[in-house]
Amino acid sequence: MSLVLNEEEIMLRDSAAGFLAETANVDAFRKHRDNPPPAGFDQALWGSIAEMGWCGIAIDEAHGGLGYGFTGLGLIIEQMGKNLTVSPFNSTVLMAGTAIAQFGTEAQKQEWLPKIAAGEVVMALAIQEGSHFDLDSLSTSVSAQGDSFAVKAEKRQVLDAIGADAYVVVGKDVSGYQAFIVTADQVSVQDQSMVDARSSGTVVIDISLSADAQMDPQSLNSGGLERALDIMNIGLAAELLGVSVEAFERTVGYLRERKQFGKVIGSFQGLQHRAADLFAELELCKAIVLKGLRAVDAGDDLGGLASAVKAKLAQISQRATNEGVQMHGGIGMTDEYDIGFFIKRARVLEHTLGDFHYHLDRYALQGGY
Amino acid sequence: MSDLNTFRTETRSWLEANCPESMRVPIRSFEDIYNGGRNPEMSHPDQKIWCDRMAERGWTVPEWPKAYGGGGLSKAEAKVLREEMARIGARSPLDSFGISMLGPALLKFGNEDQKLEHLPPIVRGEIRWCQGYSEPNAGSDLASLATRAEDKGDHYIVNGQKIWTSYADKADWIFCLVRTDNTGSKHEGISFVLFDMATPGVTTRPIKLISGSSPFCETFFDDVPVLKKNLVGEEGKGWTIAKYLLTHEREMISSFGAASGKKTLGQRAADNMGTDASGRLRAGTLRSVIAQYQLDTLAFAATMEKVTAEAKAGQGLGPASSIFKYYGTELNKRRNELLLSVEGESALGWDGEEYNEGEIARAWLRSKGNSIEGGTSEVQLNIVAKRVLGLPDA
Ligand SMILES: Cc1cc2nc3c(=O)[nH]c(=O)nc-3n(C[C@H](O)[C@H](O)[C@H](O)COP(=O)(O)OP(=O)(O)OC[C@H]3O[C@@H](n4cnc5c(N)ncnc54)[C@H](O)[C@@H]3O)c2cc1C
Ligand SMILES: Cc1cc2nc3c(=O)[nH]c(=O)nc-3n(C[C@H](O)[C@H](O)[C@H](O)COP(=O)(O)OP(=O)(O)OC[C@H]3O[C@@H](n4cnc5c(N)ncnc54)[C@H](O)[C@@H]3O)c2cc1C
Repeated sequence: MSLVLNEEEIMLRDSAAGFLAETANVDAFRKHRDNPPPAGFDQALWGSIAEMGWCGIAIDEAHGGLGYGFTGLGLIIEQMGKNLTVSPFNSTVLMAGTAIAQFGTEAQKQEWLPKIAAGEVVMALAIQEGSHFDLDSLSTSVSAQGDSFAVKAEKRQVLDAIGADAYVVVGKDVSGYQAFIVTADQVSVQDQSMVDARSSGTVVIDISLSADAQMDPQSLNSGGLERALDIMNIGLAAELLGVSVEAFERTVGYLRERKQFGKVIGSFQGLQHRAADLFAELELCKAIVLKGLRAVDAGDDLGGLASAVKAKLAQISQRATNEGVQMHGGIGMTDEYDIGFFIKRARVLEHTLGDFHYHLDRYALQGGY
Repeated sequence: MSDLNTFRTETRSWLEANCPESMRVPIRSFEDIYNGGRNPEMSHPDQKIWCDRMAERGWTVPEWPKAYGGGGLSKAEAKVLREEMARIGARSPLDSFGISMLGPALLKFGNEDQKLEHLPPIVRGEIRWCQGYSEPNAGSDLASLATRAEDKGDHYIVNGQKIWTSYADKADWIFCLVRTDNTGSKHEGISFVLFDMATPGVTTRPIKLISGSSPFCETFFDDVPVLKKNLVGEEGKGWTIAKYLLTHEREMISSFGAASGKKTLGQRAADNMGTDASGRLRAGTLRSVIAQYQLDTLAFAATMEKVTAEAKAGQGLGPASSIFKYYGTELNKRRNELLLSVEGESALGWDGEEYNEGEIARAWLRSKGNSIEGGTSEVQLNIVAKRVLGLPDA
């Protein structure tokens, strides 16, 4: 598939950009940060997002979605990154939705995907244990007991854990991965206050689950889990792209207007070359994110590519947001100024489902070295 | 579509019948690249045969118009030709500054007589061109060039010196920037002229590079007569042509960064240095530097692909194209530097069979010039800062 957006995609991106810039922008984020609603997100905004059909964009028509594809979803997520939009979109649509589509049973797909597509449910993915995301070191938290399963786990960095109605919980038993869909009344949730001021929590599960909660172990263990995580990481990279590009554009804007030594600071070559080099890196980021999105839609093997996309965006989002603060000078360090929001959001996104080092290592392994 | 399929079938059988076996062997050294010219240099006599056969169909430059000897192929057909050549591992029949630099400029700015005179010999590989831009005191600041061209009615008399003129000692003709007027700003008064390197008054002196070869020269002009019919475009308006040509030169240079060979650097390192039980390269710090290089190579290739796709879809050449020269050459330097780490001692050999005549070391040293020739990396960053980001001059 060609690495160029078609007219429909451009329209979708532009309409998302327009809507979010007006209603879910950086000012709205600041208000949210200062006065977080109890559910962790703004219900009215979530309702509008659902009304526009964004939640169902990547879900197939047989399960209540639009079947429009993952590229479209990525374009929307990128705009949310630019605007620092707060909503349970990533946790519900990108993460839980992808997990169910990849390794849910047909009954679970029938039950949950239409609700996700309609924005009727908020869901979250509970997978990480301990301080680092690492698929290889998941503990054995599941054991079969006759027809049911005993699940005992503590899952950390569960995005939108507080407001979620249900969770996709991924763990392991002695033979492989196991995953379940559990509802909010079956777990206990502790709020975690994170640097990006979004809702996130620790989910404690200690329960016996009947077999109908079990997700399809076959697809889970034949590459389905990896593929789901790859898709999620490409989506997260799309948000990192939006965050990075916006931080960069704001910074270049500042370079054009701030004066020191009788000139605008953008005339100093020490800053110009850093900005130009960063521009180059961001162009690479745009291309590789689009390549990742297209690969998901094409059904390509994602292993190496998804980790490449995430690693590249992790690395350059660090640069873009660090330079953003640095090039703003003292004012960049202030809470009153918005540039600091971008650096905080970028790091949480990076560390969700594997940071730069995790994915660079995985990318190398997939490349045979 | 069926037309394209027919074209593919015909092309495939023509290539099968006409591409010599020896020209289906990968290029190993600079000598394997055929540059044409009055006295062509060859590592194998089939190079000329292959070039002549391709030139007869205009396929040395598939997309140039037929009227000027080119293949007249559409973009889609040219792509098919490239694919079919790649399929059998056919070498490029001809690489030259005429094709990559002068041709595009003449097609845009030359008059009909100039196109008819100069383009067909480029297609056929009969005339080899060199580029007379840089001077001892005009490198990055090219517009301050001082080589003079004095108006003598129907001709000019050219005096001055060029430097770093690649292959000036092997080239038949030169496209040259000269100053026809000293009174205006430095960008005005520059003219773009063509002349035969055999003209009396032209001398060249080779300069040896750190890589040991001497592909470029100091070039001296001492009362060299140049007919006015060989002025391209208007007198004093050569800067526009010079810049247009530079964009093509930069495109060509940035493609040097495209990694060749079937094995990635990471796989090469794994073969040479071994992996641990988990499959990770033993040399852990090298591993992550290589992975970053591979990552950037992948992202850069995606960028080229995206820009090409956008141009094809009629969305124009986006700002990303301005980073190709900079990023591609820096990437190529990183690759060559890492190759030394991956190959170790055997990469440092300079002469002798055992070291393949110092292939790796010489390529490594030569790569350092990629970020200098055609405008340095720093100059590329200046251009991005100014033109793309809209930052003001200091
Ligand atoms: C945590 C903190 C504590 C501080 N405490 C004090 C304090 O106690 N007392 C006090 O007086 N001040 C204090 N400062 C202020 C500090 O000294 C200034 O912020 C600093 O000198 C930079 O000035 P500025 O913020 O105006 O940035 P600017 O000068 O506007 O710089 C913006 C950006 O432009 C770059 N830049 C500026 N000029 C050039 C140039 N010629 N070439 C290349 N790049 C250039 C800068 O490096 C920076 O990246 C503090 C700042 C911070 C962040
Ligand atoms: C392998 C090779 C082949 C070449 N072939 C040809 C050829 O065929 N024909 C031809 O005409 N020329 C050719 N050149 C010359 C090439 O175009 C020049 O070397 C190049 O433009 C740089 O000019 P310079 O060498 O005078 O360096 P300078 O301009 O003196 O630059 C020296 C250093 O200063 C930096 N610098 C200069 N100005 C600035 C600035 N404004 N801001 C920041 N940094 C700056 C440069 O980036 C560089 O690092 C070739 C060069 C090489 C290496």
